[in-house]
Amino acid sequence: MRSPNLLRHAWAVASKDLLVEFRSRTAILSVAVFVVLVLVVFQFGHDPTAVSNVDLAPSILWVTFTFAAILALNRAFQLELENQALEGLLLAPIERSSIYLGKLIANLVFVATIELIGVPLLALFFNVLVLPYLAPLIAVIALATVGFVAVGTLFSAMTVRTRFAELLLPVLLLPFMIPPLSWAVLATGRLLAGRPLSEIAGWLNMLAVYDIVFVTLALFLFPATVNE
Amino acid sequence: MLLAEGLRHSFGAVRALDDVSFSVQPGQTLAVFGPNGAGKTTLLKVLAGLIQPQRGRAQIDGGRRAIGWIGHQPQLYGQLTVRENVRFWASLYDVQPHEDLLKRLGLEDHADRPVRALSRGLVQRVAIARALVHDPTVLLLDEPFTGLDRIAAEALSRLLAQHAAAGRATVLVTHNVEEGTGLATHVAFMRAGRFVHLAPRAGRGPEQVGEDYRNAIA
Repeated sequence: MRSPNLLRHAWAVASKDLLVEFRSRTAILSVAVFVVLVLVVFQFGHDPTAVSNVDLAPSILWVTFTFAAILALNRAFQLELENQALEGLLLAPIERSSIYLGKLIANLVFVATIELIGVPLLALFFNVLVLPYLAPLIAVIALATVGFVAVGTLFSAMTVRTRFAELLLPVLLLPFMIPPLSWAVLATGRLLAGRPLSEIAGWLNMLAVYDIVFVTLALFLFPATVNE
Repeated sequence: MLLAEGLRHSFGAVRALDDVSFSVQPGQTLAVFGPNGAGKTTLLKVLAGLIQPQRGRAQIDGGRRAIGWIGHQPQLYGQLTVRENVRFWASLYDVQPHEDLLKRLGLEDHADRPVRALSRGLVQRVAIARALVHDPTVLLLDEPFTGLDRIAAEALSRLLAQHAAAGRATVLVTHNVEEGTGLATHVAFMRAGRFVHLAPRAGRGPEQVGEDYRNAIA
């Protein structure tokens, strides 16, 4: 009966986080504005005769998603410091992993919303075709996002009670983000260039393995990170 | 119901708990008085299992499910309404909130207001509702009267008296002798992580306890 409780409590934490965000809308609005701003700046800043849109678009897409995700991850546990709600969560008779899982789900929904805004804007501003490759593109984005958000959620819990949380999180996260991001950029580039799916199968597999390893590790390590 | 044996804990060179032992039985309320930095909050956190002591053990019958915590921070989400907060915390204890819980605490008319829009006194009442939502058998109270006006403080005192009368145990820590004495069946004075006094209140009023406290802490 452990798993149903774990999932139920995780969903309670996730839905609470999403409701809080829905009520305040501060983070999602600021991140959405950031995404639009970055894409507009890159659109006007680059010379299409020097580097083609298809070559540039994957890097811009993932730079945008990465920074947007870091902004989201920074606030994931900040919310729990308000009124010491984190202590209440730790006091509750729930598995600590369910807190992590709940935060992970809420962060994934948050970042997915940003991605949902970013992909059509990228297609619009950079005039790249995404519809013919939508399903594999969604797979690449989903697998890469789960990987770095899983690690980021763990580091967000580790750093939230430190003085320089907003600085520490990206510094700690960066080395762990490089593998999934590089695979995602390469796979996205191949997709937008119209290359066959078989060329990205290896990266998809590596992203899936990365997700399984780091979600599992984070579930095990999270209880130790929140103990005083 | 609640047992602490030889608790020791340090933060670096600062000893927060130094060989603290006591027990609290059903219906008893232990009031722990001490100046700031005496180790009172650390003691409560060790009892609650939020801090693992370096030595000794703390045991509460029923584990975390049995504990209700009221501190000077309400552990609530400002953007959520009173009802949503209570429902959320209830869901973590796998219970449904009692229908009359908000009514008993005079929160019925405020149930659909966001917590951030409430006064300090009302927020503390919501924090009490949160702490009682799963009907705990042990209450751990960390300076629960901080920021409360007289009416809210009296309401909290009444509620704690009812809790004790129902055979539940309470540990209350505060630096204010006036606030805690009336509720206590036992009193302890804490200084630099140690209990320097632990005895039944035995009819002593706030003035007598205050004098004993000054003598013990000086």
